Amino acid sequence: MEFRDYYDILEVTREASADEIKRAYRKMARKFHPDISKEPNAEERFKQIGEAYEVLKDAEKRAAYDQLGENWQAGQDFRPPPDWDQGFEHDSTGFDHAQFSDFFESLFGQGRSGGGHAHRQNDFHMQGADSHAKVLIDVEDAYRGASRTLTLKHPQMGSDGRPQLQERTLNVRIPKGVRQGQHIRLAKQGGAGIGAGEAGDLYLEVDFSNHPFFHVEGKDVYLDLPVAPWEAALGAKVSIPTPETRLDLKIPANSGAGKKLRLKGKGIPAKDPGDLYAVLRITLPPADSASAEKAYREFEQASNFNPRASMGG
Amino acid sequence: MNSKKTKLLRGDLLDEDVEMTLAQLCRACELSEAQIIELVEQGIIDPLGPEPAEWRFVSISLRRVRITRNLQRDLGVNAPGAALALELLEQIEELRARLRRLET
Repeated sequence: MEFRDYYDILEVTREASADEIKRAYRKMARKFHPDISKEPNAEERFKQIGEAYEVLKDAEKRAAYDQLGENWQAGQDFRPPPDWDQGFEHDSTGFDHAQFSDFFESLFGQGRSGGGHAHRQNDFHMQGADSHAKVLIDVEDAYRGASRTLTLKHPQMGSDGRPQLQERTLNVRIPKGVRQGQHIRLAKQGGAGIGAGEAGDLYLEVDFSNHPFFHVEGKDVYLDLPVAPWEAALGAKVSIPTPETRLDLKIPANSGAGKKLRLKGKGIPAKDPGDLYAVLRITLPPADSASAEKAYREFEQASNFNPRASMGG
Repeated sequence: MNSKKTKLLRGDLLDEDVEMTLAQLCRACELSEAQIIELVEQGIIDPLGPEPAEWRFVSISLRRVRITRNLQRDLGVNAPGAALALELLEQIEELRARLRRLET
């Protein structure tokens, strides 16, 4: 397994005081919190930060970690030396260790010192916990429906009474009409029940992947539509893509840049469907040939246009 | 376990027509009734119905409650602080969407 440099993760020196470590942790936890940060690896960073703090905030764990020595590099292949933590006592209860790395588990995991506590009470029944995951879909999926294969990792009590991460693959139907931030509830696909208790439910939160020209907002969809200056000025009929098909769109004469043309009911389908908006972006042809240059010159002479009239110039 | 890998699962889409009871919301967010009631008092979610026993929540509440809970649990902020953060996060989300429309 790979060595983890907990000081490096929290960006503190090995000599940092407990207060400095606490401050560094709080600052980084805010910065990389997966509900706040838009960094692509925020969730992974946040877990690492939590794991580093779990060790460094605890004087016993920190001392045990420190005596591994300073010469380890992050990512280096690591095996804990035998009896490396003799004489240290750490409390490994009360935290969700299943989320932590193998490195953490090998040093501070439950059951290392023997005596893991396996629950074997036959008359105890409890419904399993509900669990949550995110599912990333494309805008087209919301129009047609789709299926997605998800691999979920979830902690499960092993036969030795220690929680272990288990992988599970699910094939899930994405219903038509789904929107950003909505949930799909899968009954009894959550945490396993105890005894005769039923399994909990699994909630999937829907998130749209970025699309090169469609943007989803609630049930409305925006299309960024490039047009030539003469199409915007004179009006035109252009063929546009929608997430489900192609349509002809009439551009009225004298349309300015940024004008929104609404296609009612062509947004995300529902009883009360959303709208599709084509937002005009006027694209200028380059003056890269004698004939194009001539056309621009003639245009200049034909019109009395001053783009800076409002600036008094 | 193996059959789960291939079978296509059909779930319920929690759209605006789906309402949740207080008990369902508690379970789905792993919070107690008292904690949910506190979020109602902070105005983070608005129940329909007069009494907690008859409360119904629109399903988008699930997302707001979970974000608030994560912020409280992970960052040690209290309920009013988490409510403020949620409000600002939603504003940033709207601004980001507008920015995306203008930038491209």
